[in-house]
Amino acid sequence: MKKSYKIEVDCAVCAGKVEAALAKLEGVNSVSINFISQKMIIDMDDSITVKDLLKTARKIEPDFEIEE
Amino acid sequence: MSKKLKKRLIRIIIALGIFVPVVILDLSLKHFSNGNFPRGIASFIPSETFGWLLPFAIYLGIYIYIGYDVIKKAILNIIHGQLLDENFLMFIATVGAFALGIYTSLATSEIEGFEEGCAVILFYQVGEWFQSYAVGKSRKSIASLMDIRPDFANLKINDKYEIVDPSEVKINDIILIKPGEKIPLDGEIIAGSTTVDTKALTGESIPQELLKGDKVISGTINLTSSIEVKVEKPFYDSTVSKILDLVENASSQKSKSEAFITKFSKYYTPIVVICALIVAIFPPLINGILGDWNTWHTWIYSALSFLVVSCPCALVISVPLTFFSGIGGASKNGILVKGSIHLERFDKANIFIFDKTGTLTKGNFVVKEIYPENNKENILYYASIAESLSNHPIAKSIKKAYGKEIINNYSIVDEPGYGIVATGEHQILCGNEKLMNRYNIQYQNSDGIGTIVHVAIDNKYLGYIVIGDEVKEDSKETISYLNNHGYETIMLTGDNELIASHVAKQLGIKQYRYSLLPQNKVEEVEKIIQNKNKNDVVCFVGDGINDAPVLMRSDVGVSMGGVGSDAAIEASDIVLMHDNLSSLVTAKKLAKKTKTIVVENIIFAIAIKLLIMIASIIVIGILQIDFPMMWFSVFGDVGVAVIAILNAMRANINKSKYK
Repeated sequence: MKKSYKIEVDCAVCAGKVEAALAKLEGVNSVSINFISQKMIIDMDDSITVKDLLKTARKIEPDFEIEE
Repeated sequence: MSKKLKKRLIRIIIALGIFVPVVILDLSLKHFSNGNFPRGIASFIPSETFGWLLPFAIYLGIYIYIGYDVIKKAILNIIHGQLLDENFLMFIATVGAFALGIYTSLATSEIEGFEEGCAVILFYQVGEWFQSYAVGKSRKSIASLMDIRPDFANLKINDKYEIVDPSEVKINDIILIKPGEKIPLDGEIIAGSTTVDTKALTGESIPQELLKGDKVISGTINLTSSIEVKVEKPFYDSTVSKILDLVENASSQKSKSEAFITKFSKYYTPIVVICALIVAIFPPLINGILGDWNTWHTWIYSALSFLVVSCPCALVISVPLTFFSGIGGASKNGILVKGSIHLERFDKANIFIFDKTGTLTKGNFVVKEIYPENNKENILYYASIAESLSNHPIAKSIKKAYGKEIINNYSIVDEPGYGIVATGEHQILCGNEKLMNRYNIQYQNSDGIGTIVHVAIDNKYLGYIVIGDEVKEDSKETISYLNNHGYETIMLTGDNELIASHVAKQLGIKQYRYSLLPQNKVEEVEKIIQNKNKNDVVCFVGDGINDAPVLMRSDVGVSMGGVGSDAAIEASDIVLMHDNLSSLVTAKKLAKKTKTIVVENIIFAIAIKLLIMIASIIVIGILQIDFPMMWFSVFGDVGVAVIAILNAMRANINKSKYK
């Protein structure tokens, strides 16, 4: 399902890296992180939770936040 | 300013407050010691061997205080295997500076280098702070432009009003909108009259007057008095939701420039790090083989400067920010752009295809000529009877020209492709020449521009009416702007050649295709796309009615007068909220400006970084000049980013400049 989240990420390079890492996750069809508007649009299977996303993201950027 | 940002600012001020006096004291002690004991604050420990420990400890203390988050992230990232992270590289660069400081202190009597390691991290933090501040500020200023989301609706329930979320309101509910409130849902005014500010949607600065029975559009602001509105669309389907949806999901598709930056940054950091390694190892090694083993520290120092500029942050932030700010600037001018990719493509657009009716012309038909002049009243009267039941624009224009109520008991038969036959007191024939031929009526040929309607009564020819469309005031200006810039202009129309050539000539359009049915228009656009050169970008401009397929098919689809037309908003890449064509010129200028700034930032950032790297090799490595190169490197990193961000904000300029 396609979902849109408000996110918090301080560095633009990290945003790009997180995007690449999330895209590689199993069950994620497409993901787009917009550093400027601090938004993440993600198309993923329902089995994936925000926690899973955060876990992957925080390996790259420890300060990464997803607001639900 | 957010809490996080405030906290960081306080930390920076404290760190600077300690660092600056210490450096001044250190340097002045070194200066006044006349060369005998040139050790700055190290002289407080009267020992040749351990004196350096004091400045080392003080600077390290400040370093840890101001840079602990960088250090923490650097360590975390090493654990996660992210070796090319900017924090890690900054960490290596500064730790390297400290290490070099220890080396010089022990190897020579000079005690220096500690303040530099400290300064680099300090100014890095200052730059990062400015960066966050500037991005936050621009994010806010652009977001406020798009702030059209209504927060509540005053729902009428049994003569009482209750404040509810707009999404709870249903069709046919009645809502009250007080002066100063945003109109939450699309609907029709059932009580009161007011003026509304449509600026947020259309960029139009003159308020619109609305009376009972007029439609209101959500997202506009009620200015003068309270009105009651009967809701016609649920919130998710209302104009404001559609637009917000469009704006918020706009940037999911990345432009070419953004894709380039993503790719570039992927290679840039590793390449710079490899260069740094090469600079640190090979020149001193060669020098050593040639006999001088004492150049290690200068070359390592030079390499550390590389690491400081190894982050492509300036580019990664400023390029998307420029597009974002350009899109924001466009929306201020009543132009909705669905994403940076479209803005970028529109800048390259050089073939402009226009739909005629509703785009170049007003699309409101008016009676232009009646022949013969002396029988005007009769012709209009009988034509109005024949057309009385029709809602066709042509019928409407005839009725409007007649202007009086028509009461009749004629029976009316519509003959598609011919016209109308009305029988009653008389037999009225009203239609094209084919209808006249069918009834064997001699008719007058007309050379009028527009649709010709012949009228005959009881098989006797009365005369004809010419109905034409009016050209919009700013169409000519827009077309000549495009022509002057060497762009191709093509007009498509369903009308006949005579009308097409007349309008094309009037406006200065270079090419036109006529007598096209809606499906033919798609074919024509396909043909143009097939025949274009590789670098040509085809832009179709239409009023959004019936041309969704063409809008989709063209490289950039632009629709006009988008407010209220869902199909148009969905099918097009750019929506001109104004109903005038001059917005197209504004959009074109904005697209160009945005792209120019993007290119400027890319060149500027890369050039400064390269320059610093080259300078660091030449000044430090080859010429062996004692120069605080790392200070410049910090500028090359965060300073450049801040300048690029400020430059990016120029894309979001004022309306007045383009008027």
